Amino acid sequence: MELIIFKICLVLVLFLLSITIAAYSTFSERKVAAFMQDRIGPNRAGPFGILQPVADGIKMIMKEEIMPADSNKLLFILGPAISMITALMTSAVIPWGPDITIGGQKVQLQVADINVGILYIMGVLSLGVYGIMIGGWASNNKFALLGAVRASTQMISYELAMGMSIVAIIMTTGSLSLGNMVEGQDGWHGMAWNIFLQPLGFLIFLICAFAETNRTPFDLPESETELIGGYHTEYSSMKLGFYLFAEYINMFLSSAVITCLYFGGYNFPYMDIVQANTGEILFALICFGVFLSKIIFFIFFFMWVRWTIPRFRFDQLMNLGWKVLLPLSIVNMLITGAVILYNQ
Amino acid sequence: MYIPAILAGLRVTLYHFFKKKVTVQYPEQTREHSQYFRGRHVLKRDEEGRENCTACGLCAVACPAEAITIVAEERKKGEENLYREEKYAAEYNINMLRCIFCGLCEEACPKDAIYLTTTISTSDYHRDQFIYTKDMLVEGIQDVDRIDISSRRKGVREGAM
Repeated sequence: MELIIFKICLVLVLFLLSITIAAYSTFSERKVAAFMQDRIGPNRAGPFGILQPVADGIKMIMKEEIMPADSNKLLFILGPAISMITALMTSAVIPWGPDITIGGQKVQLQVADINVGILYIMGVLSLGVYGIMIGGWASNNKFALLGAVRASTQMISYELAMGMSIVAIIMTTGSLSLGNMVEGQDGWHGMAWNIFLQPLGFLIFLICAFAETNRTPFDLPESETELIGGYHTEYSSMKLGFYLFAEYINMFLSSAVITCLYFGGYNFPYMDIVQANTGEILFALICFGVFLSKIIFFIFFFMWVRWTIPRFRFDQLMNLGWKVLLPLSIVNMLITGAVILYNQ
Repeated sequence: MYIPAILAGLRVTLYHFFKKKVTVQYPEQTREHSQYFRGRHVLKRDEEGRENCTACGLCAVACPAEAITIVAEERKKGEENLYREEKYAAEYNINMLRCIFCGLCEEACPKDAIYLTTTISTSDYHRDQFIYTKDMLVEGIQDVDRIDISSRRKGVREGAM
């Protein structure tokens, strides 16, 4: 019984955390972009512009909802809803900290530690394509449809290379569950991160993560200069807000997954010494803080790359996904398999 | 592939991230204008406080945007200390939304009457607030209300008349 209450609390906390981090990602995107372009970003709403996401949210709610005349009403509303739901669902299997004991019971700081964790994430990610496709189709607009088609092709192509690089990680870890993967990376005083074992896999996964979240240099679906808005051209007010928000939540959770898989999740150097010297809840909080700071670094990295690299052309994008990343990930798998066999 | 080029690009962007920013926080900070900056108009008076403008209409003819409208009037008996010659402008309106701040009226005026200052004209919410009437344009009589345009006066610049 207490377990259920704890889990509900955890779900609520995670929900609020995702939304807050996504809202402040929008703000920090503008600030980071500005700083890289030798200017200051928004600094008028609140001290240093901190209340800017609140202002944006209120603006989005107050705007007029426009529905195109011949669009399919149900699908029009369903598109952003699916995007948002699948974006938030991914946060269920990410381990946010080590196990803590509450009321005599050992509880995991993870909403659902299913033993096919990473497969669940890949599945939910594939469902996210539906949100974009439905949005583009229901807009009754040729350009939106074109953007949606580009988005779905791009996401499908890069899922394959992503899956293959995850297979290599599964081979070294021996388990699909994210909780086990993170616990398996705490050798060497908490520094046995998977990136030292799988540098090529990390590179491939990173590039695929950029493509999955529709983030520059792979942001053709929503490229402002080519398709006005791509799949979200016809959307206004909160539905558009949901699409944009879902993109930032996706970015946040992709960073979380990258950190779990390759950068040791909540492990940090000399964590066993710290664990022996502090109480359990404080240690869990420290681990959570370390995890969050790694995620924030990756979010900054996403934004850093966005404002540096120009956009890929569509045929270059396909070329990269199928002809370069897929063979590389297969080669990565072969090398990993060979090294594991050799060490047995 | 492109990885070394990408890393070089990332380093450039990061360098710019930490550089000093060039933003000017308007309206708390402003940048300086040059002395010949063409801003808001002013109708000058001479040393005795009489208006220079004689409503000759050369500025209205010279204006490429037709922003100036003038209605002239005859000077009455007791008004010699207000106006220089027998004709003066009873209504002098400049439509700031039409004005392109080219300064041709300043160049065309034979009486040293209209000048452009370095003040930027402010923005507003209604279109009719932008028709500046004569009382908004002419400068005050007291010394403290006069606007200094000595750097723009014809004859100060080399080569001018």
